[in-house]
Amino acid sequence: MDILAPLYIFILAAFVGYNVIHKVPPLLHTPLMSATNAISAISVVAAIIVAGMDHSDESTKVLAIIMSVIAVAAATTNLVGGFLITDRMLKMFKKDKPATADAKTEAGK
Amino acid sequence: MIDNYVRKLFSTFLGDQEIHLFIGLAYLIASVFFILGLKFLSSPRTARRGMFLAEAGMAVAIVSTLLDREVVSLEWILIGLVIGSVAGYVIALLTPMTAMPQRTALSHAFGALAVALVGVTKYYTGHVRPDDHGLMIAIGMEVLLGALTFTGSMIAFAKLNGTLPGAPIQYRGQNPVNITIIAVLVASFGYLIYNPGASELFYVLAFVALIFGVSLVLPIGAADMPVVMSLLNAYAGLGACATGFALNNNVLIIAGALDGASGVILSIIMTKAMNRSMMNVLFGGFGAVAPVAEAREVKGSIKGQTAEEAAAILDIAESIVIVPGYGMAVSQAQHSCKKLVDYLLKKGKTVRFAIHPVAGRMPGHMNVLLAEAGVDYDLLCDMDQINDDFPTTDVSIVIGANDVVNPAAKDDKASPIYGMPILNVDASRTVMVLKRGMSPGFSGIENELFYKDNCVMVFGDAKKTLDGFVTGLQELDA
Repeated sequence: MDILAPLYIFILAAFVGYNVIHKVPPLLHTPLMSATNAISAISVVAAIIVAGMDHSDESTKVLAIIMSVIAVAAATTNLVGGFLITDRMLKMFKKDKPATADAKTEAGK
Repeated sequence: MIDNYVRKLFSTFLGDQEIHLFIGLAYLIASVFFILGLKFLSSPRTARRGMFLAEAGMAVAIVSTLLDREVVSLEWILIGLVIGSVAGYVIALLTPMTAMPQRTALSHAFGALAVALVGVTKYYTGHVRPDDHGLMIAIGMEVLLGALTFTGSMIAFAKLNGTLPGAPIQYRGQNPVNITIIAVLVASFGYLIYNPGASELFYVLAFVALIFGVSLVLPIGAADMPVVMSLLNAYAGLGACATGFALNNNVLIIAGALDGASGVILSIIMTKAMNRSMMNVLFGGFGAVAPVAEAREVKGSIKGQTAEEAAAILDIAESIVIVPGYGMAVSQAQHSCKKLVDYLLKKGKTVRFAIHPVAGRMPGHMNVLLAEAGVDYDLLCDMDQINDDFPTTDVSIVIGANDVVNPAAKDDKASPIYGMPILNVDASRTVMVLKRGMSPGFSGIENELFYKDNCVMVFGDAKKTLDGFVTGLQELDA
């Protein structure tokens, strides 16, 4: 196993992550946590490979399938739930334009 | 099945190598989309667009993985995908915004569970050759981080949800027990790297890691949860990274590193905002020590007021700053708060929110609740942005916050929170503290702010009090 190439990728990705995430304002820290959580649900890819592999070895078959199906389900829950909830939150962050306009017209009455 | 047709279609055009290349390129696209998605999170205007990109990246990664030649059957995958989609959809739909900390803890647990199970399954099905020390390191890290993050997050979930008491749970001999656990983990992992074939030891490692997660989070109080949540976030990310190393899968390494970086950054911000070290949060057992005896004598008296009396003060104030804390979440007062803000803005007053980094139970908790109520995000200010403005503020309204406004952090060296950066509400002309009763806050520390001459207390449920403010103001205007 070539260890160096993945290590390079890891270190460089960590730097990119640090720089990108440092610019996220505290205002959005909860959606950020929720979003990175959804993104790390990419482990579903690993779970898919394990769940879909050759399960012909009878001695390990049942347990291996149970574990990998749970893994796929858990990761997918995060993926679907994470993105939906992040979007639900982000939708709420808005400028209060209509309300202020209302307030002005009311104040003018 | 359909997938076989698709695969056949692909394999007529593409050989094994081309498919491998195709998947690699798809993963590269997914990685770029993830990074762009997080980049767009730097502003609330672009954030949703960014998440759309990240979702697209995820779809590309999943679909192309199904073409992997290691994937020979789809049935189990589909079952897992369907169960997960339904569960995720239901959770996302039903979770109220006030329960966001619990939801996040639970999702850390799920992510970690997936990672741990992938590692265990790989080992169990004999994918680790007895001489593959490198792979053993990766899978060992994966299972270790996955297992301890899983149980740790479950405990955090139970504490945030109120299933377990939020107070630190400590017992005699806790540190020796933890040290023993760490020693067992290090020893078994070390031997496994030397001899990856020692399968009994592998399951010992997984099991002890589960216990470690429990013993790590159990002694930590609910007020320290923002730090713990960030840390678990980092662990979950690094676990995904380890999976990437084990499977030689670059998109996992990149996404895991992004998640890990986010967790680490948030942990650093949170510990700085409490002026504490990570070691102190994890092993200090904050709040369990009784600091009251050493704290200095508090002078002055408590001045209680009714909501109507307080409304009269607000009526003549020009500039108002609201400081929300966990108490606002508990009494679901964010909507009443928004009503008050609207009324005050309509009367031409300046109103802003001052949000301490550790207010609430997770990073950004207060911002989300206020956004839910429809408060314009331009009114939400960070501590650094607003802290110098308190001397020119007429009224500060503290809603269910305590330690983050305790002046003892600035000048009482005996106080356990000494040195923690706080919001300087005591510098404003009048401070109004909305509080349920006189009991000290979560950390059990007396707050001398309440005894200051410029401080008035309005006791009662925060939501009712805020509604009372609005009624009071309306009566004054009528």
